[in-house]
Amino acid sequence: MKEVKAIIASFETPGELLHAAEKVRDEGYTRFDCHSPFPIHGMDDAMGLKRSPLGFIVGGMAVLGAAVGLGLQGWVTTVEYPLILSGKALWSWQAYIIITFALFVLFGAFGAVFGMFVLNRIPRWHHPVFYSDRFASVTDDGFFISIEPGDPKFDAENTAAFLTAIGGKDVETIEGDA
Amino acid sequence: MNDQDNQSPIAVVAAEHPHGGDNPLIKEGHTFRSVTEKVCGIIEKKPPSMWWVLFGFASSGTLILLGSLGWLVWEGTGVWGLNNPVGWGWAIVNFVFWVGIGHAGTLISAILFLLRQRWRTSINRFAEAMTIVAVICAGIFPGFHVGRFWVAYYLAPVPNQMGVWPNFRSPLLWDVFAVGTYFTVSLLFWYVGMVPDLATLRDRAKTKIRRLVFGFLSLGWRGGNRQWQHYELGYLLLAGLATPLVLSVHSVVSTDFATSLLPGWHTTIFPPYFVAGAIFSGFGMVLTLTLIARKVYGLENIITIDHLEKMNKIILVTGSMVGYAYIMEFFISWYSGNLYEVFTFVNRAFGNYAWAYWIMMACNVITPQFFWFKKVRRSVPIMFVLSIFVNIGMWFERFVITVTSLSRDFLPSSWDYYAPTLWDVLTFVGSFGLFFTLFLLFLRFLPAIAMSEVKGVLPQADPHYHEEDFGSEKAVGEGVPS
Repeated sequence: MKEVKAIIASFETPGELLHAAEKVRDEGYTRFDCHSPFPIHGMDDAMGLKRSPLGFIVGGMAVLGAAVGLGLQGWVTTVEYPLILSGKALWSWQAYIIITFALFVLFGAFGAVFGMFVLNRIPRWHHPVFYSDRFASVTDDGFFISIEPGDPKFDAENTAAFLTAIGGKDVETIEGDA
Repeated sequence: MNDQDNQSPIAVVAAEHPHGGDNPLIKEGHTFRSVTEKVCGIIEKKPPSMWWVLFGFASSGTLILLGSLGWLVWEGTGVWGLNNPVGWGWAIVNFVFWVGIGHAGTLISAILFLLRQRWRTSINRFAEAMTIVAVICAGIFPGFHVGRFWVAYYLAPVPNQMGVWPNFRSPLLWDVFAVGTYFTVSLLFWYVGMVPDLATLRDRAKTKIRRLVFGFLSLGWRGGNRQWQHYELGYLLLAGLATPLVLSVHSVVSTDFATSLLPGWHTTIFPPYFVAGAIFSGFGMVLTLTLIARKVYGLENIITIDHLEKMNKIILVTGSMVGYAYIMEFFISWYSGNLYEVFTFVNRAFGNYAWAYWIMMACNVITPQFFWFKKVRRSVPIMFVLSIFVNIGMWFERFVITVTSLSRDFLPSSWDYYAPTLWDVLTFVGSFGLFFTLFLLFLRFLPAIAMSEVKGVLPQADPHYHEEDFGSEKAVGEGVPS
């Protein structure tokens, strides 16, 4: 038993893709994507996407990193292994700033990369759009819109016709095992 | 797909376009596809014979490195020329040299990104790879300087059977964290930037191994805007985090010296002076590598003479900052009224290491001043020679700082002259071998130019490119300076 997994349509230029995205958004679709070899300026608005929450993840992770850094140094030097060195106080916080900062940056960077992975649901090595041979050009010079059945407005025939109507070329219905 | 509509109009349109004005960033009417073909071609075709020649030299150098490190481990650190009072010799000089070189990569990838210097797209991948390789080379030296490198993990704060913890008040431990963080963040930044390009290689793969390897590494990237949205913000935030990091790393390296009480080291000018020197030396090395790779792979239209000129301007600025720091150091030693400080600096310029001091001054203060001339900034052979002088000069800077201060400390009875042994020299030469080996492997197997970013700065990447009023004031006037 086969079922529709996605419908894709290709466009010639970044401008065409941008305008098509606006039309798809205005038509009421909410779960579609616009694929391009590079990010296109203005596409977030054209698709009606909300701002990415990644900044909060990075901020939270960075603060956590700083807390871990300062906490580790403070705990080691005052509780676990109190040792007077160069006549300095056990809790000589001025000397701990640099490692605190390093861990602030390190955790923040992990937050940026792995937070981005989580939000993008990657790694994900299989996806219906990969069944299309033409789709491979998306990383070269191809521009595509894909709509998946998860969208409330999705209807195999109407959606395909709609994509053709807004200028999509080679509209392709991708099927896979149910 | 749209080859035909890019070829002829580009020359006309680019002339008025905000991405390039009269002078587009990328030359010769490149299209999206031609960028893909050019960059992927490097990896997919057989390497030019020049690559094999260079790789032969480089991998021989790596063998020299392995051999000399093996001898060090077998015999002990006594094979190096260290003595008392010069307990820090070439190993620290080389460490600071290599870490400094790494800085240009992060400057290009992070700081120029935040400053919206779009010309960086042609060279950032190179520069980031150079950073990672340079930090690997740097790490070898302190790693082996500890003598028993297999217990180098004592530096990390891990609970152990001895119940001992590292000293968090020591700048040497700060360095471990700063350089470790720097390496990790640079690696993440480099890899994340490469994911869309790895997907391009995946989609073009002809063999099963390539499909598997690039498919695995590209994480299933589909170029959807829902992915680009988070990706771009993530990249921006990484750049924002890497910017203070790159300024801090060499500052922390400088505290290894500056927190001591030794005349010539105990100064507050060190952090900014080290950072400027690091960027200066890093750009020298990026320029050397870029000129070679550009020639070997014929990338003159992607890395244009304009890119090179901009790099030369940065060398001029940072080189002048370094020159200023040298003079200011001298002035302050006199102004401080501290006899030991005065002695140290007079000794640097006229003492038994004067030869090293004047090599440093000539290479670092005079060389960059040639870049005031536009003809010099735009001449490939001259800039290649000058970039080599910058590399030499910056190595000598670290030598002068480290060795002159140590060899003449407070007590004349403990003075001694330091000279490297054969094994010091071979280890350093070998580290160049490792550096070039890894860099050549990068050129051979990974996309050396950030394709998705270069495509993004082509004029036709602008969504308004195909509209009739493109290039007129209405379309341009959205705040993008031309």
